[in-house]
Amino acid sequence: MKKVYASADAALDGLLKDGMLIAAGGFGLCGIPELLIEAILKAGTKDLTVVSNNCGVDGFGLGKLLDTRQIRKMVSSYVGENAEFMRQYLSGELELEFNPQGTLAERMRAGGAGIPGFYTRTGVGTVIAEGKDHKDFDGETYILERGIVADLSIVKGWKADESGNVVFRKTARNFNVPAAKCGRICVCEVEEIVPTGSLDPDAIHLPGIYVHRLVQGEHEKRIEQRTTRKKEAV
Amino acid sequence: MAWDRNQMAARAAQELQDGWYVNLGIGIPTLVANYIPEGVHVTLQSENGMLGIGPFPYEGEEDPDLINAGKQTVTELPQTAYFDSAESFAMIRGGKIAMAILGAMEVAENGDLANWMIPGKLVKGMGGAMDLVAGVGRVVVVMDHTSKHGESKVLKACTLPLTGQKVVNRIITNLGVLDVVEGGLKIVELADGVSEAELRAATEATIVG
Repeated sequence: MKKVYASADAALDGLLKDGMLIAAGGFGLCGIPELLIEAILKAGTKDLTVVSNNCGVDGFGLGKLLDTRQIRKMVSSYVGENAEFMRQYLSGELELEFNPQGTLAERMRAGGAGIPGFYTRTGVGTVIAEGKDHKDFDGETYILERGIVADLSIVKGWKADESGNVVFRKTARNFNVPAAKCGRICVCEVEEIVPTGSLDPDAIHLPGIYVHRLVQGEHEKRIEQRTTRKKEAV
Repeated sequence: MAWDRNQMAARAAQELQDGWYVNLGIGIPTLVANYIPEGVHVTLQSENGMLGIGPFPYEGEEDPDLINAGKQTVTELPQTAYFDSAESFAMIRGGKIAMAILGAMEVAENGDLANWMIPGKLVKGMGGAMDLVAGVGRVVVVMDHTSKHGESKVLKACTLPLTGQKVVNRIITNLGVLDVVEGGLKIVELADGVSEAELRAATEATIVG
């Protein structure tokens, strides 16, 4: 079966449905599936629940889907500097389920690994624990968190081979691996698709079994906080 | 007289021990990296998937694929390793990180920490803070002792939604250093030019000893 598609629109063809649950990779604007987000924007799919650590920034990344009101609910750990995200949430226009970042990553990993729930100490004694099953193990209290299985995963890699094996670059790996694993279908956009056999099998970050469709494209890769130092005079 | 941001960061850096893996939060905690004592080798963890954070890049060498948890561009070191977010929090939750240095909105005398939201006003989100305070060996908070309006942030009980319950070990503020102990807080150190009376007056929490 051919995994490589000609465009992000083609790669998502037949997969989008109003009201669906989408897991997206990325941390801030680093390693976000910008081409697939753009394709969802164009498709106009609405009432989406999106599981993603952040929701892009104002006017970029998933922030674009907030502007068009295509997102009904976010499951995230950080609203941060996204003013429209905070505004929609505080005004009650957007539903937001806060998850601690590690709990969110593990919910995705677990969902993809066939594990429906796990116990964690994270969030015990906070609002996060309200209504969740508590259990003591070896004198410590833990809460039960559920694994997430998404209808669709959208992720961004650096290189992939035609079999769907993916390699990420530096900190752009982040949520892309757990997000990819938790989707019933995973679409991955990359900067370069190379022939099968040209990636080192020992260096694959995401094996092709998790990746159903691939698309190659140009990425803007916007920087959120450009911090630098000056070169000392030699 | 009191410590400024950099002096607070420098004091916090004294908490580091050779060989430790440490997570630094956003804000003043990030500055701690500039004051690591000579002969102390620590590896900084960034929860977005990196061990071994290097300095900011030179102008023109920024890499959008290489950022810290504050989304700032950084560089790698010879010992750097990258991993995904699930792996990152496995090492945090699994107790492999010796210490986290974090900012706070409020700390209580029993070690409760609040640093992620003000209901109805400001929503930041907890990011990785809830996982860090629940998982790391030692939690050090670095913050101003009082709010802009002069109200104590070192309280008998937190008023804001908690990040963690009974998780803070040590508090470093512009006025001094306090430890969370049985029955309240114990003064460990006063900042330059700060009297014990001044620190006590700025502290709502019970001070013991």
